[in-house]
Amino acid sequence: MVPLHYYLLLSAILFACGVTGFLIKRNIITIFMSIELMLNAVNLSFVAFAARWHVLSGQVFVFFVMVVAAAETAVGLAIIIAVYRTRETLNVDQVNLLKL
Amino acid sequence: MLHLILFSVFAVIAVAGALNLLVQRHPISSALSLIVVMGSLAVEYLLLGAEFVAAIQVIIYAGAIMVLFVFVIMLLNAGVEERTKGSKVALILGFPAMLVGGLLVAWVLLRAPNVGSVNVGAMYGPPKAIGWLLFHDFLLPFEVTSVLVLIAIMGAVVLASPVRSRFSRPQPEPERQALKAAAGTEPAHEETVTARRSS
Repeated sequence: MVPLHYYLLLSAILFACGVTGFLIKRNIITIFMSIELMLNAVNLSFVAFAARWHVLSGQVFVFFVMVVAAAETAVGLAIIIAVYRTRETLNVDQVNLLKL
Repeated sequence: MLHLILFSVFAVIAVAGALNLLVQRHPISSALSLIVVMGSLAVEYLLLGAEFVAAIQVIIYAGAIMVLFVFVIMLLNAGVEERTKGSKVALILGFPAMLVGGLLVAWVLLRAPNVGSVNVGAMYGPPKAIGWLLFHDFLLPFEVTSVLVLIAIMGAVVLASPVRSRFSRPQPEPERQALKAAAGTEPAHEETVTARRSS
């Protein structure tokens, strides 16, 4: 028996790590990996709630989240390649063409 | 009891992997620690009895997505990231903010009365039942998802293809002459295209 709190706490910790990585990292690929970490944390709380209340829809939601994450990764990495081709850097501080 | 021990062990591994993702400077190290996080989360799903989710977690996330990440890191030859002033400010402000937020969330969660607990393998979810749900109740979202994946594939191909094929910039004149001399005769349709563009 594991209390549901623990799963939610683990999910919150992983999500906080993802947010922190998103904020402190300067490499665009690592920032992207932090986003994946946040999606994983949310998936864990989905599955924990689904197991607690015996609702199977939670697993289907996780499936949809994973599909959207896969699509997002494909497009995002293509954007990263395009950015690297034009700017020749992966540092987000140097990708500032839209900055005033 | 065994459930709690296994949960704690893999939770510690997951959190350690997530922290290692933050600490490491090289993207490859971050990617490998993210794979550790995903693998231990798959074990957590198995402990909850969600075998289907655990399987697709390993196959899609740890398999497909992370291979894509590692491939791009190696393709772009990404090195150690350099620190800048902005990221140092974020480091000083971000970690205390994360600690305070985490403590706040823990306080709220642990004070919530009687949320209940989860048995090992609490989820009765064979893939057959999930497939039934996916193709009856969630049929429309499933089909929309397939359209989304198709659009994502096309978008990725268009974005990652070389710039010249996208915009087809006209080549400078001396280069064209050299090309024409090298190729002998130019194809006829090329002439009509340039004529149409100039008119």
